[in-house]
Amino acid sequence: MAGTLQFDLVSPERRLASVQANEVQIPGAEGDLTAMAGHAPTITTLRPGILKAVSAAGTKAYAVTGGFAEISASSVSVLAERAVPVEELNAQLMDQLIAEASDVSGIEPANAAKILSDLQAMKAAAGF
Amino acid sequence: MPSLKALKNRIVSVKNTRKITKAMQMVAAAKLRRAQEAAEAGRPYAERMNGVMASLAAGVSGSGSAPRLLAGNGNDQTHLLVVMTAERGLCGGFNSSIAKLARQRAAELVAQGKTVKILTVGKKGREQLRRDWSHAFVGHVDLSEVKRIGYANAAAIARQVTASFEAGEADVVTIFYARFQSVISQIPTAQQIIPAKFEEAASTNALYDYEPSEEAILADLLPRNVATQIFTALLENGASEQGARMSAMDNATRNAGDMINKLTVQFNRTRQAAITTELIEIIAGAEAL
Repeated sequence: MAGTLQFDLVSPERRLASVQANEVQIPGAEGDLTAMAGHAPTITTLRPGILKAVSAAGTKAYAVTGGFAEISASSVSVLAERAVPVEELNAQLMDQLIAEASDVSGIEPANAAKILSDLQAMKAAAGF
Repeated sequence: MPSLKALKNRIVSVKNTRKITKAMQMVAAAKLRRAQEAAEAGRPYAERMNGVMASLAAGVSGSGSAPRLLAGNGNDQTHLLVVMTAERGLCGGFNSSIAKLARQRAAELVAQGKTVKILTVGKKGREQLRRDWSHAFVGHVDLSEVKRIGYANAAAIARQVTASFEAGEADVVTIFYARFQSVISQIPTAQQIIPAKFEEAASTNALYDYEPSEEAILADLLPRNVATQIFTALLENGASEQGARMSAMDNATRNAGDMINKLTVQFNRTRQAAITTELIEIIAGAEAL
């Protein structure tokens, strides 16, 4: 498919990306999904994982910890609670994220375990 | 009439004050720029969050199964006022105007027979409200150690607020902060965050697929939305504080300048008077001979 879609990645503290992308791979709460131009309008929550945006300039990957994505036929907006470009990711930061997640866990114990294991899987996958 | 020496000392001391206020003004200007950038960086997130929430809320609110954070718990007896002010003073009317608005609102609510609870964020607001409302204090968030306000700070406040709502300790939550309009104008604002209020339902009502269900997403997003609103308010407050301090210090610098001019005139007159007196004495002495 030739069409591109407008990809925005924003966190509360800054706008991380706003580019034309060919496809965006999103770690959805109920499984990964890839959004391409012409995708049915969807809103999905995120689980901690790696978000990838494939554009003409190459692939950019971001680690996100949660939030939601709004997908329409011509755009994808991802509102992530924390988002970090993968290049900036390191073991220390991962540990910090995990510590933050375990700190919140008092609120929703059912989800906390899942979030924590997702984060740990992400850390393992990133090779730290 | 004060002596020459006393006047001289006065002038020196006012000059020193002017140096300090000038420095504070410049520091505030630099911080203001950073605070404004932070507020602008946070805006896209808040806007989109609001848009999505509004369209979600419009879809759910009619169904009667709306989550409590959105619909409220059916009461409006206990009001929690979250009063956000600065940690430092010397910023003009910034802290007082927020505290004043909160005090007014609290008095209105009490007059209507409601229960008022106050959570203060920032030391200055607490100090100002202590005299009349210390019995209503339920907590205090200290941000004096925080150099740069992050989302985590807002999330912590949001958790505290949401927890007290869930526990039935508060029915309506309102935040008080100053909206940044320009360097010379900051508007103290009261904003109700629980039950959530949205400006208007988004008209771009594309039919979305929800994954997981609409209710689950809403339940997930509502607490985030509370945190986002608090975060936005904190950022606006940060910019407003620096703006208010900048203009207050600018005024102070100018006042100090005026005062120095006045004192210098007085100093010169006094000196001239002393010289004239001496001359008269000498002439009078010479004539007497």
